[in-house]
Order: sequence, then structure tokens, then C-alpha cells
Amino acid sequence: MAGSRSIVEALLRVDDIEVVYDGAILAVSGVSLAVPQGGIIALLGANGAGKSTTLKAISGLVRASRAEISRGSIHFKGLASTQTQPSLLVQQGIVHVLEGRHVFPHLTVEENLQSGGFVRRPGRQSLQAGLERIYAWFPRLKEKRKVQAGYTSGGEQQMVAIGRALMTRPSLVLLDEPSMGLAPLIVEEIFEIVSQLNAKEGVSFLVAEQNIPVALKHAHYGYVLETGRVVLSGTAHELLQNNALQDAYLGKTQ
Amino acid sequence: MEFFLEVLIGGLLAGLMYSLVAIGFVLIYKASGVFNFAQGAMVLFAALTFVSLLERGVPFWGAFAVTLLSMLMLAWAIERMVLRPLVNRPPITLFMATLGLSYIIEGLAQTLWGAQVHGLDLGISDEPFEVAGLLLSQFDLFAAGTAGLLVLALSLLFNKTRVGISLRAVADDQLAALSIGIKLQKVWMIVWAVAGFVGLVAGLLWGARLGVQFSLSLIVLKALPVLIIGGFTSIGGAIVGGLIIGASEKLAEVYLGPVIGGGIENWFPYVLALLFLLVRPAGIFGERAIERV
Repeated sequence: MAGSRSIVEALLRVDDIEVVYDGAILAVSGVSLAVPQGGIIALLGANGAGKSTTLKAISGLVRASRAEISRGSIHFKGLASTQTQPSLLVQQGIVHVLEGRHVFPHLTVEENLQSGGFVRRPGRQSLQAGLERIYAWFPRLKEKRKVQAGYTSGGEQQMVAIGRALMTRPSLVLLDEPSMGLAPLIVEEIFEIVSQLNAKEGVSFLVAEQNIPVALKHAHYGYVLETGRVVLSGTAHELLQNNALQDAYLGKTQ
Repeated sequence: MEFFLEVLIGGLLAGLMYSLVAIGFVLIYKASGVFNFAQGAMVLFAALTFVSLLERGVPFWGAFAVTLLSMLMLAWAIERMVLRPLVNRPPITLFMATLGLSYIIEGLAQTLWGAQVHGLDLGISDEPFEVAGLLLSQFDLFAAGTAGLLVLALSLLFNKTRVGISLRAVADDQLAALSIGIKLQKVWMIVWAVAGFVGLVAGLLWGARLGVQFSLSLIVLKALPVLIIGGFTSIGGAIVGGLIIGASEKLAEVYLGPVIGGGIENWFPYVLALLFLLVRPAGIFGERAIERV
């Protein structure tokens, strides 16, 4: 599916971006990628390869991390988005699930989910319907809805973070290291839900992962980052056959 | 015994007056991590604006509305001109900024309205008033009732409204709040505006009690021990801290004063606060980070 569409129609297109922290430290230099409508795209690479920075550049959160896009362009739904405020990007349909989950620890699970819904200014009933939709995807969250999110398990927090993001009714979810610190069974469960959301609701995903086997099992297409650039890309099947991927996975430089 | 109860209750009621000032701090600290030294100046600004309008013949509610509006404008200006350019700077920079801000607001208030002392009469007499055989100040009871209402309103705002949930979300994790489309600037402005409103209420009550004058802004110093005891992040803590400070300073004055010497109530709260710092640095209700193992 990913290959069959031309690059022009892509939901998201990133062209040769460079991101600089504090005006000096180069984190990403020359990353280009595309996410087609309805795709699950993996962004692979070791720690520090620039995956998180790339996602933050797309969601506009780079500026909140004292960084800026110094070169290149990003287009979402055909609109240039490098100068757009994060809140506006969320309204346009991009949502970022941060690395390390970042739930609001003192808010209950339900309040966490609700907070994701506010951006669309829904009525009371529509907000409630949104919650029920999330509970249908993650039944476990319904049982914990009155619990402060800080007291739930790591897997549940990841579900809260994804559910909260889905409450914004996104067309593209940027998912940063969903497997981080979670047991393999939970990781599989979360990726399974991602695949289902993609298949049944048409939500597109750009998933940054170090866990290459799991990511490529669910993704259609992948990009491999190394020291801030794309060194390899291809369909999930092609990448799984590629020996060089093992090097990138282990973080070999140069 | 009756005398002891009178002192105790009088102290508790007076303590709620400190809580009113402390709540203004808690709001801003919770949402933006800024220790707003200018809260006292905001109290002075509100009281001075209100009383000056009254003296120029503006009716009570008109003056209240205009003062509230000017507090909102002040909040807007502070967010635009001070907080937004300083975003992501270390807390000490922001603290210094609010310190500077407090002198600017005081100066501005006095340039606008003059530096003389104004009396403020809210129409509540300070006559003692008998409840179950105890003599209590009518004004203190009124102030306590106001504080109670304010806390009730704030807790409804925080827990039941979308704005409130957004405020608490921003207080918990700014980056995550940004990631789901919450506008930080808007939230900060609302917080400063609410703190401005709390400052207005505190300003009216303190102004009526002490007269509206420059030294009104020094009540920030009285709020400090309250915050240390109650914790910087809890409105409930500000209330309990105020009650503890109010009661203990009055009891200390009455019972320790004759032994140690008068005027002890001016510094006793700080002794108490220091003891708390040694034993429980986060305060009674201070929010500890939730850590799962």
C-alpha cells in the first residue's frame, strides 16, 4: 500500500530537514521521509540516532525543547508546517505520543483521556462518546478510570498516552518508543492495537522504535536512521532481509 | 478556658486572611513553577485601585468590576511581556523577574493613585460578636466565610471544568500538555487572571483591616511561612498552613509573650516555618512526585 501511492499524495512529507539544539548541536541532518494516508511507517535506529528529534520536528515540539528546524521543509496534508504552533498542528490532525509516555501523573486515567479531547471543543456528549471509544479499544483503562495515572502500570500508562492522543481525533499519530521498558507481551498487545486502529479506523502511524523485529512485524515501510540521517529505507519485508540493518540496530557509527 | 478558645478561634480566623494571600501564590506556582513574588504587589494594586475608584464616587460593584478588569489586563500584560519571552529559563530567572515586577507594579499603582494611606470600609463592622458565649470578630468571620467560598469555587474550577483539568495537566507536564494541543500561554494567562482575582479579594479584606497603603504588599512575607507549612502546590495546604500560623502566632503572643517579651507574633511564624523545613520540606500537603518502583 505504501509503495503504490505517489509521494505527492503523502499525508506527511519531510524533506531534507536539519534540526539544531541550542543553536549549535546538530541532532538531525538531512532526514527525508513520507507517510502515506493509512500507512504504518517505522522509524528505526539506535539511541541518539535522531528518531525523537525527527518526531518533535514534525509535531512542532522541537521549539519547546530549545531546538529549531534550520533547513528543509515539512508538509502535512500539503501545507508547510515547520512554523505552525503545536496546538494548531493537533487541530490539523497530528498528535505526538512522547517517549517515556508522559501521562499526567496526578490526573486520573479518565481526566488524562478527557484532556486530549479538549482541543476539538466537543460538547459533553461527544466527549463522553470519545471516551467510550477509547475504553472500547483499551478495556483495561475503563477499570482504572478513577485511578491517578501515576499509579498505573507501565503498560497501562502507554495505553493512557495513546488513548489520550486518540482523543484528539488524529489522522497521523507519531508514536515514540512505545515498547520502552515494557514486557514483550504488553508490547505485542500495544502494537496489535496500533495495527487494528490502522486497519479499522484508517489512522496513520509513524512509529519510532529500537525494537526492530516488533516494529517491522506491524509496519508497512521503514526508514533507518543513523547519526541524524536516513541510511536505509524500504518495505518491511526488504528491511528484514537486509544485513546492514543489524549494524544500525547495534548503533555502529560510520 | 473561654479566653483560650477566644484566642484560638480569633487566631484561626485571622490565619485564613494569610491563606487568601498564599492561595494566589499556589495557583501560579502550581501551573507554571514560578514563585510569584509580585503577588503582594498585585494585592496592593487591586486594593489601591478599588479604594481610589470608591473615593471618586464609583459605586461598590462598579469599582469591583473595573478593578477586576484591570487585574485581568495586568495578567495579560505580564504573560505577554514577561513570561512568554522568558519561557524555558531557569526558575531563579523567573523569580528575579517577578521580584522586579513587584516593584514595577507597586510603583505603577502609586503613580496612578498616589502614595497616601486610604481607609477602606466594606460596611462590615469590626465589633465583637457573641457566639456560644465566645466573643468573636464579625469582620474575621466574614473574611473566613469569604475564604471558604473562594476555596470552594476554586476546587470546583480545578476539578469539574475543562479549564481546570487543563490547568492541572499543565502543572503536571508541560510538554505532554503541548503535545495534545493545550495552549500553554492561554493556561498561564488564565492562572494569572485567577490569581489576580484572588489578589483582589485579599486586597479588599486586608485593605479594610489595615488601611490601603504601601505596606500592604509586605503581606507576601506573611504568606511565606504559610506556604512552607502547607506546601507550595496545594490550596488545601494554604488553608491549613494559614490556620496553623494564625492560631500559633496568637497563642504564642498571649501565652509566651509575657515570658519572652511582646511582639513575638511577628517572628514566631518563621520559627515554625524553619522547624517545618527541617522536618518536612515539602510541607504538609506539598505534592510529592509519584514514583512507581
